[in-house]
Amino acid sequence: MSASAVAANESATLGRVSSGELDTTHGAVLYLEDISVSFDGFRALDRLSLSIDVGELRCVIGPNGAGKTTMMDVITGRTRPDAGTAFFGQTIDLTRLTEAEIAHAGIGRKFQKPTIFERHSVFENLELAMKADKRVFSTLFARLTGEQRDRIAETLELIRLQDSAARTAGELSHGQKQWLEIGMLLVQEPRLLLLDEPVAGMSDEETERTGELFLSLAGRHSLVVVEHDMAFIERIARKVTVLHEGSVLAEGPMAQVQNDPKVIEVYLGR
Amino acid sequence: MNRFYGAGGWSAIAAFAAIAFLVFPLLSLAVPQGSALHVSQYWVTLIGKIMCYAMVAIAMDLIWGYAGILSLGHGLFFALGGYAMGMYLMRQIGREGQYQSELPDFMVFLDWKELPWHWWNTDQFWWAALLVVLVPGLLAFVFGFFAFRSRVKGVYFSIITQALTFAAMLAFFRNAMGFGGNNGFTDFKRILGFAVTTPQTRIGLFMATAAALLGTLLLARWIVTSKLGRVLTAIRDAEARVAFCGYNTVHYKLAVFTLSAVLCGIAGALYVPQVGIINPSEMSPANSIEIAIWAALGGRGTLVGPMLGAGVVNGAKSFFTQAFPEYWLYFLGLIFILATLYLPQGLGGLARQWRQRRA
Repeated sequence: MSASAVAANESATLGRVSSGELDTTHGAVLYLEDISVSFDGFRALDRLSLSIDVGELRCVIGPNGAGKTTMMDVITGRTRPDAGTAFFGQTIDLTRLTEAEIAHAGIGRKFQKPTIFERHSVFENLELAMKADKRVFSTLFARLTGEQRDRIAETLELIRLQDSAARTAGELSHGQKQWLEIGMLLVQEPRLLLLDEPVAGMSDEETERTGELFLSLAGRHSLVVVEHDMAFIERIARKVTVLHEGSVLAEGPMAQVQNDPKVIEVYLGR
Repeated sequence: MNRFYGAGGWSAIAAFAAIAFLVFPLLSLAVPQGSALHVSQYWVTLIGKIMCYAMVAIAMDLIWGYAGILSLGHGLFFALGGYAMGMYLMRQIGREGQYQSELPDFMVFLDWKELPWHWWNTDQFWWAALLVVLVPGLLAFVFGFFAFRSRVKGVYFSIITQALTFAAMLAFFRNAMGFGGNNGFTDFKRILGFAVTTPQTRIGLFMATAAALLGTLLLARWIVTSKLGRVLTAIRDAEARVAFCGYNTVHYKLAVFTLSAVLCGIAGALYVPQVGIINPSEMSPANSIEIAIWAALGGRGTLVGPMLGAGVVNGAKSFFTQAFPEYWLYFLGLIFILATLYLPQGLGGLARQWRQRRA
C-alpha cells in the first residue's frame, strides 16, 4: 500500500472526512478489476472488470441474478470479494475499508427501498446526513454554519422539497421520500453515487423529473444507476453496461448495446 | 437558552427551584413543629428520595426513550453509586459503632483484622465521590463496549442487563465481598462532619439532590436538543441508515449508556445518606424493571414525563405500602398494563394531545 493510501485509510478510520484526498489524476473514479464473489458455490460475480470516469453517468442493466446488487455491495464494503481489486480513485483500496469508512471516503449509496429518518423533519434528515465531523463530541457541539444552511437550502430546491423542510419525513409521498434520500446522499458530497432502482414505484411525472435531476448531477458527481425501467435508461443513458452471470456482457452507447446480438439473446432468451 | 424550553418550561423550572431552595427549607427549619405549615422530616426524606428516583428516570429516558435501548440493569448502577457513598459513610462512623473499632461493625463481626484493599482511601470524600462516578461509568463502558460491538440489540440487551444486575445482587449478598452481605451498610452517623439525622443536614441533602436533579434535567435537555440527540433518535428509528451516513453507532450508544449509568450512580449516592441504608436488594431485577415502568408511564422521549412517572409511582407506593401493603405489586402491575394499553405515549403524550386539542 502506498503512503498516501495509508494516510487515506487512517483519516477514514478516525471518522474524518477524507474525500479531498481522492486521487483521480487518471480520469477514473472507480476501478474494478477481475472481481469474483461466490456464495455457497454460486458465482455471483465472475472476474468482473469495470471502470467509471469522473463525472460520468453510467447505467448498469442486466437480468435478475446478473450480479448488479453484489457489485454495489462490493463497492460499498458490504461484501468482500474473493479475488480481484477495487479502487476508488488511484489510491483508496475499497476492499480494506469498512462501510462507514467508504461512506466517509465519498461513495454514497441509495437502496431500492427508501430509508430515511421517518420521525425527523425533512430538514433534520439532511442535517444528519450532511458531510461533517461525525464523532460523538463534535456532534454534541455541532452548530450549522451559514454555509451549511445554504447547502441544505440548495439541496432542498434541487430535490423540490423546499416547501416541505419542516414536515415530518414520514408524511412524504413515496417519490418524495426517494428524492429526500437522494438529497441525503448529495449533502454528503459524494464523488460517486450508486443508485439502486431509483425510480421504482414512482409515477411517470416523478420518473421524468428524477431523470432530469440525474442529468443535472452528472459532471459534478459520478453516478452509477442500476435500473430495470428501460424507458428510463433510454432517456438518461450515455453509456450502458450490461451484466450477465457476474461479468460484463456488453458496454457502450445505448443504441449499440440494444442491437448487440449477445444482449438480445440474454434478454429475449434462446 | 430558548432551545431548551419555552417561557412556560423556564417558569416551571424557576418555580421548582424556588420551592426546593427557599420555601421547603423555610417551612422545614424556620416554622415551629406544631404549626400546620411545618414540613416534617418524613416529607423531606420522601421527596428527597423521589428526586433521586427522578434523576434515574431521566437517565433511563436518555437511553431508552431517545436511543431506543431498554436497559433493565439501571438499578445496578444506582446501587453501585449508593455503595460507593455508603463506604465513605461507614468510615465516617469511626469508633462510634457497636464494637468501637476503626473497622465497620460487620467486618469486626466477621473477625477481619484490616480493611480489604477496595476500601482504600474511602474515608476521603473526594475519593468516594470519584468512585460514585467511575465505578458505574466504567462498568457500563466495558459492558456496553462488548454488547454494542457484538451488535446485541433489543430484548437480548434487556435480558443480559437484567442478568447482570441479578448476578451482582448475588455477589453482594456474599459476606466475603466486603460489602456487609445481605445487611449492607446502615447506622450512618456523619457526612462531611455533619450529623446525618439533624434537620439541617437533611435539608442540605435535600437541596443538593434538587440541584443535582435540575442539573441532570438541563444536561439531558441540552443533549437531546443538540445534533447528538437527533442522531440518537435516528439510531432508535433506523440504525443501519445512521451507519451509512458515516456515524459509528457503537460509539454513540456507548456514550449515552455510560452517561446514563453515571447519572444513576450520582442519584444512588445522594439517595443513601437520606434513606440511611443500602443493601443488595437495590440490585434486585424488580427494581430495574420498576425504573422502566416510571419511564413508560411518564412518556418516553420527553424527559419531564419519566420524572413525573417516578413521582407518581413512588408517591402511590408510599401510600399503598402504608394503607394496603400486600396489594402494592398488583397495583404496580395494573399501572403498567393500563399505561401500555391506553397511554402508549405515557402521561407526557397525554399532555401533548390535550395541548393539541386546545390549540
